[in-house]
Amino acid sequence: MSLLEVRDLHVWFDLSDGGQLHAVQGLSFDVDTGERIGLVGESGCGKTTTVLAILGLLPPSASVAGDVRFEGESILSGGEETVQSRRWKDIAMVFQGAMNALNPVKTVEAQIIEPMELHGTAEGAAARKIAGELLEMVGIPAVAGSRYPHEFSGGMRQRAALAMALACGPKVLLADEPTTALDVMVQAQILQVLTGLARDLGLALVLVTHDLPVVAQVCERAAVMYAGEIVEVGAMEELFHAPCHPYTRLLFAATPDLYGEEDVASIPGAPPRLDREIVGCPFRERCDRAFDRCGRERPGLLPLGDGRAAACHLNDEPVDAGFRSR
Amino acid sequence: MSGARTDLERAGAASSDEAPLLEVRDLVARYPVRRGIVGALTRAPRRFVRAVDGVSFSLRAGEMLALVGESGCGKTTTAHTILRLVDPVSGAIALDGRDITRLSQRRLQPLRRRMQMIYQDPYESLDPRFRVRQAIEEPMLIHGVGGNRSGRRWRIAEALARVELTPPEMYVERFPHELSGGQRQRVAIAASLVLDPDLLVADEPVSMLDVSVRAGVLKLLDRLRGVGTLGVLMITHDLSTAAHFANRIAVMYLGRIVEEGPAREVIRNPQHPYTKALLSVVPKRDPRDRSNPEILTGEPPNPTDVPPGCRFHPRCPVAQDRCRTIDPELRPAGSSGHRAACVLVGH
Repeated sequence: MSLLEVRDLHVWFDLSDGGQLHAVQGLSFDVDTGERIGLVGESGCGKTTTVLAILGLLPPSASVAGDVRFEGESILSGGEETVQSRRWKDIAMVFQGAMNALNPVKTVEAQIIEPMELHGTAEGAAARKIAGELLEMVGIPAVAGSRYPHEFSGGMRQRAALAMALACGPKVLLADEPTTALDVMVQAQILQVLTGLARDLGLALVLVTHDLPVVAQVCERAAVMYAGEIVEVGAMEELFHAPCHPYTRLLFAATPDLYGEEDVASIPGAPPRLDREIVGCPFRERCDRAFDRCGRERPGLLPLGDGRAAACHLNDEPVDAGFRSR
Repeated sequence: MSGARTDLERAGAASSDEAPLLEVRDLVARYPVRRGIVGALTRAPRRFVRAVDGVSFSLRAGEMLALVGESGCGKTTTAHTILRLVDPVSGAIALDGRDITRLSQRRLQPLRRRMQMIYQDPYESLDPRFRVRQAIEEPMLIHGVGGNRSGRRWRIAEALARVELTPPEMYVERFPHELSGGQRQRVAIAASLVLDPDLLVADEPVSMLDVSVRAGVLKLLDRLRGVGTLGVLMITHDLSTAAHFANRIAVMYLGRIVEEGPAREVIRNPQHPYTKALLSVVPKRDPRDRSNPEILTGEPPNPTDVPPGCRFHPRCPVAQDRCRTIDPELRPAGSSGHRAACVLVGH
């Protein structure tokens, strides 16, 4: 049993024209204690929707199916009642714009204490002590807690938001594009803090981002998402050095590396619309290795051993057509 | 091929003898800081943000120069000043050898079509009510080029073909919301190309786009530059992109260029401690290549309060006593055309 298990998660959004958008299409993945896993994909692939669904934070226009289990216990089945007791206490989240979401009229310390009092994990002097420790942990002097958000730089505010997410001692931290709006120097600081927290506190980190190099530097494992599903999951090194899905390979090839000599490629075309049923492989129109079967049959996420899985027909075709032969 | 980065090709682009397309000397631009009511009543001294504080560089036709740096380093203000959208306090800007620093807006108008800008967000820069055809036609109407209606129509089709939106008939009647992000940015590029500019300023042209379409837009800029008549000034915070697509890179810190040279040299053989630190924190694609980032400590740079001496010294890991007083100029470093502003360079 893993710490967090997501099983066959589906999310649909009601559209104003009466249709439905199938944003997440049967997602399953596990997160273990202390593990750092990346959820990577481009805009619209469903990565943010997935983490919002895990915390029961989707708007009323969304309907959710599937199961999310924390320490073996289903947390979505009972609706808001079962998820509310988990939120922030067991599973917390940092948002992309978190640094801009702090309350401007409350001190940073007061905002870190707030969730502790709300969830009854600590109060008074004990809570202030924890707040100070958390600030130190994210690289902010504890005394700075008595200051207001506007007195902090963007990077400091983002780290304060991180301290806030850790206030109730969660075991899982969902971080949605936590460094996207930040400069590289500040990004490096935040990523170092995140990596350190996972290592020192045994915190499981789910890093949601479009930025492959960020995942490559922080995570041990990653799930690559496309059109609402996971198309490949595995150890980060394997994904980079021996991808089993053309999208993974092409996404790396589209990402320029500082010292890379090879051509930076773009992927032609656009992802399929999610408001109609997808027939065949969702990636086939942009794929450089698609063949007739890809138009007929939608590939499932096929286990390939060593915690590796990919949703591509090439992996169970005869050896000369498959990935393993290359 | 666009991705080819042979040194010869790059050196060739920079070694021509003719006057550069764009020459910028000791450019200074500043913004007043609002004093607020109390400040005004108490006659507090007026303070200025020294956004651009002595920037010099040149750009040749057929060359792409990337201006890189963190937010607030003055790279966008530099671009706006060159295009005379912001008036410089001092310094000189020359386009094709002609000084345009003090030209009146009226006399600048005919030159505007030679200097075009592409913005970061194609979702914002295109008018949502304009069809592609109108978006590309508007600049021609403003500048009175393109001849009659059929002439303009022909140029619209040609511009769309140049940005690889083919066949043009498929795109001319569309609205921005019917295009993907990459297609929108191509339309924005087409709308500037239709004026046959000599200088294209691209401010973070791909940072709002999905990874899978970025290379397409960058290669397009690269091909347009490669024709030889167009110079591209690309502003970016992304060193990896600059490394792949620019011929030369200029690194800015607090309103100054602290290092400049052939792209490959700056990336592979950085001379300034700031460039070295900046390069060390760029995440690498290969998970096995987890190098130790050299994270700078200290307060992030504040352009209202530029430190004396070398502006980088409070955060510099190798600063010496003399760095508090000496404000170093760009000096030759390493190979030809490579310069850095650090007292430790060139000795």
